[in-house]
Amino acid sequence: MGSYVPSTEEERLEMLRAIGLERMDELFASVPEPLRVETLNLDRGLSELELQREMRYIAGRNRVFRSIFRGAGAYNHYIPAVVKSVAAKERFLTTYTPYQAELSQGVLQSIFEYQTMIAELTGMDASNASVYDGATAAAEAVNMLVDGKRRVALVSEGVHPMTIETLKTYADGPGVEIRLVPLKDGRTDLDALKGMLCDSCACVLVQSPNFFGLIEDAEAAANIAHERRAKLILSMNPTACALYKSPGELGADVAVGEGQPLGLPLSFGGAYLGFMACKAPLLRKLPGRIVGRTTDRDGKRAFVLTLQAREQHIRREKASSNICSNQALCAMTAAAYMAALGASGLTEVASQCHAKAAYLREKLAEVGLKPIHEGEFFHEFATECPIDPEKLLCALADRGILGGLPVEGGILWCATEMNSREDIDEVAAAVGEVLQ
Amino acid sequence: MKLLFEKSVPGRALSILPPLDVPEAPVPENLLRAEKPRLPEISENDLSRHYAALERRAFGVCDGFYPLGSCTMKYNPKVNEQMAALDGFARAHPLQGEQYAQGCLEVLFRAEQILKEVTGMDAVTFQPAAGAHGELLGLLLINAYHRDRGDTKRKKVLVPDSAHGTNPASATMAGLEVISIPSTASGRVDLEALKRAAGEDTAGLMLTNPNTLGIFDENIQEITRIVHDAGGLCYYDGANLNAILGVARPGDMGFDVVHLNLHKTFSTPHGGGGPGSGPVGVKAILKDFLPRDQVAKTDDMFRFFDPPKSVGRVKAFYGNFSVVVRALSYMLTLGAEGMREVAEGAVLNANYMLKKLVPAYEPAQPGLCMHEFVLTLEKLKAETGVSALDVAKAMVDRGMHAPTMYFPLIVHEALMVEPTETESRETLDEAAEAMLDILRLAREDPQKLHDAPVTTPVNRLDEVGAARNPVLRYQF
Amino acid sequence: MAHIPSELLYAKSHEWVKFLSDDTALVGITDFAQASLGDIVFVNLPEAGAEVVAGEVATDVESVKAVADIVSPVSGTVSRANAELEGAPEAINERPYDAWIFEVSGITGREELLDAAQYGKFCAEEEA
Repeated sequence: MGSYVPSTEEERLEMLRAIGLERMDELFASVPEPLRVETLNLDRGLSELELQREMRYIAGRNRVFRSIFRGAGAYNHYIPAVVKSVAAKERFLTTYTPYQAELSQGVLQSIFEYQTMIAELTGMDASNASVYDGATAAAEAVNMLVDGKRRVALVSEGVHPMTIETLKTYADGPGVEIRLVPLKDGRTDLDALKGMLCDSCACVLVQSPNFFGLIEDAEAAANIAHERRAKLILSMNPTACALYKSPGELGADVAVGEGQPLGLPLSFGGAYLGFMACKAPLLRKLPGRIVGRTTDRDGKRAFVLTLQAREQHIRREKASSNICSNQALCAMTAAAYMAALGASGLTEVASQCHAKAAYLREKLAEVGLKPIHEGEFFHEFATECPIDPEKLLCALADRGILGGLPVEGGILWCATEMNSREDIDEVAAAVGEVLQ
Repeated sequence: MKLLFEKSVPGRALSILPPLDVPEAPVPENLLRAEKPRLPEISENDLSRHYAALERRAFGVCDGFYPLGSCTMKYNPKVNEQMAALDGFARAHPLQGEQYAQGCLEVLFRAEQILKEVTGMDAVTFQPAAGAHGELLGLLLINAYHRDRGDTKRKKVLVPDSAHGTNPASATMAGLEVISIPSTASGRVDLEALKRAAGEDTAGLMLTNPNTLGIFDENIQEITRIVHDAGGLCYYDGANLNAILGVARPGDMGFDVVHLNLHKTFSTPHGGGGPGSGPVGVKAILKDFLPRDQVAKTDDMFRFFDPPKSVGRVKAFYGNFSVVVRALSYMLTLGAEGMREVAEGAVLNANYMLKKLVPAYEPAQPGLCMHEFVLTLEKLKAETGVSALDVAKAMVDRGMHAPTMYFPLIVHEALMVEPTETESRETLDEAAEAMLDILRLAREDPQKLHDAPVTTPVNRLDEVGAARNPVLRYQF
Repeated sequence: MAHIPSELLYAKSHEWVKFLSDDTALVGITDFAQASLGDIVFVNLPEAGAEVVAGEVATDVESVKAVADIVSPVSGTVSRANAELEGAPEAINERPYDAWIFEVSGITGREELLDAAQYGKFCAEEEA
């Protein structure tokens, strides 16, 4: 019904006359007649009231779970109110990429702050302004490290399956070879990794905590990679980064990950945030937009998009990535989230996640869901399931609970600071009932 | 203004988390990080004011005219924000299972149905997160198609020299070699050059129509025929779809695959550079190669399915879903008539403004334009020393965003102006008046323009210094 | 008018070559090249040991808004790169004929190179 075109019928006619035309279709004179569409086969437009009704009806067809014990790449965390207010600011929402720097200092400074926080969190020297998501961050990292001689990337099977699929799709065009490193007891088999490394390997990609929630020995993986002059890409959960050794401390050359836990709603998988940071020697290979500090003519501190000669609009077919739009508003949200929590707050979120997951693991074991893997884990773990997992999860869903994700051999569970002790006791009791 | 880190005071914090209500679970010492990250420690009030201050140092569509060519900075309807924030969408876990996410699948399904009709395509995926991401996927689909037919020699992609920089960069990522096709003096694809370039090694052609000069290439059917006759496929870069929405469809022009920018044509906000969304539409011949998790309607259920020869995945999950919700809201609001009004309004506004600026400003091409036009300030620069950059910065001082500068590359001292359909006649009048005033100033007092902008928090920046000695993070 | 020292040889892609001996030479970019590029912000130095081929791209230099390929005028092995340019790429703008970029040893072949007079004429034609 509306098209947000402000001009009235009469105004449009006047404007047409001002350019020497009589009818609207004369504006499209260059479109050959046979290509013109009479009218699209679509429903009539809706008024705002009708739209609200329609969209609320559609949204109502989704189940909103009271309690969520599923992660697998998307995590249910508390988002402070002040963070939501930052993310909703109309000017940040409606502004363009900050190419006109004088007019965009607010956006540029917020990205500079984001870059600093990501560099701190990951223990790296430099971060870009974000990429699409965690999966594409890993794929971009592989692309930045391969060269004419080193065309192979060794990827742990503990990496999120959707990331591995994305890596394979990205590798197909330029002919990069993805070789999967097997797991041993749920963690990357380091002996196998050692055996697979060769002089054509550009990099090794490990995720920690891995898909099964287990902490990997990334430091050993880094050493093994470096012995053959390959680089280590470490994909890490940013919440875990506050508590566990950072990618920098572990010897990674590039750190990537899914930034959704940093204040972004679940939103059925997007829009999320891929973060990407590296050590100084790799800086000029880092893809995407980067903000740098500079001064104006009066010597005043200012910020600007920099190192642009790396990027597609200048390097064109020689650019290592085509990325231009990124997830700027999500990055600003993540920065506001990190600032709201501070280091101790974020560490506390991480510790609580771990403690709740440990408690959940114990409670589920008591009612008959035996953990599959031993050793250290963060906030996810896999259990066996003696009955059809679907049956168990349906029964939980009927109680308003989203249980773990069915995976090969059982169920992958997750707990965060959002799950209270009562929630955990409740889900364990419910599982116990169903299993009996 | 100070950075967050400079406002940080040790010990300040927000009260967000309750005390731990389960037994502590210590992490072994050897796994713990040695040093805490130096994140800001700040009160909620100070944090809120910090972002309020940053917001004052930005310029959104909510602030004024935003004629950024090729970016389609139209009004971002507020109701769409509300719809994306509905609990049913915002709290949906991407892996909660299709039976519990019927609303989300319905959003994807209905948005696909509408975009199929709008583009003249047979299927659409929403997985790509941005236009460039869609380009990469589109080219990978073209590769997969040729390979599936055993046609392994097609390694070249034809790209006009007026193309966006993403086109050649995407081609490289897809493992294809770029062959640049020259434009004619009138800004069209040089058909003879195209015929010479198209052959048995041609994977496809990438084209924006209307192109970056704001010209609809009336030879479009001939162009796609030449490529098809050579065995290649045709890719439509939908960056400029706003010009022909509801008026003409890429599918009817002979294109086999298109990407759209929901953050341009379909009104979703740019967010300072993202998140965007770059859905890809294809003709039936490419359907089987689409990424995983397409949505089908069976009986009364929406279900995910994997196309039989899928190229896999270009992203986790299903794309920037929250952006798709906004775009669907917009499309439902428009309907068929509204779509056409968009294109008519966009083209009318561009021509109205162009008419006011010419002959004082020199257009890169004579005649009517589509949704945007390119001015060349080459003569002005030679005569007065005032560059396209100077004029752009002076526009900033007059309360509007600058147009796109120095693009397309084939026009010297280019300013690319795209008013969009959501601007009123008064806004266009004022903007044109301001631009004419700048031109007068260029002849009277050019130094004033070299000094612009003067109304912004900072004046022109040392970009050379920033790139020579990169400082990319706060130095504690 | 760009400065063109008479003792050097030049490639049409605007590199200069200074032969230190029969099979060793320094390579840089000319005054004409640096002027058309503008402020150089980064020099991508080739690694010692890299093979270069006459007429093929050896590396590149970046200005704020452009990238320019550096074509090696000779074939051989890079024996060293000018590390001073790492911290001071502006040296190429200031003293293009002192700011050599890399040294090639074991030279096995070369492009057809111009002398100063020929190169000066070539630049004049390019500018026209």
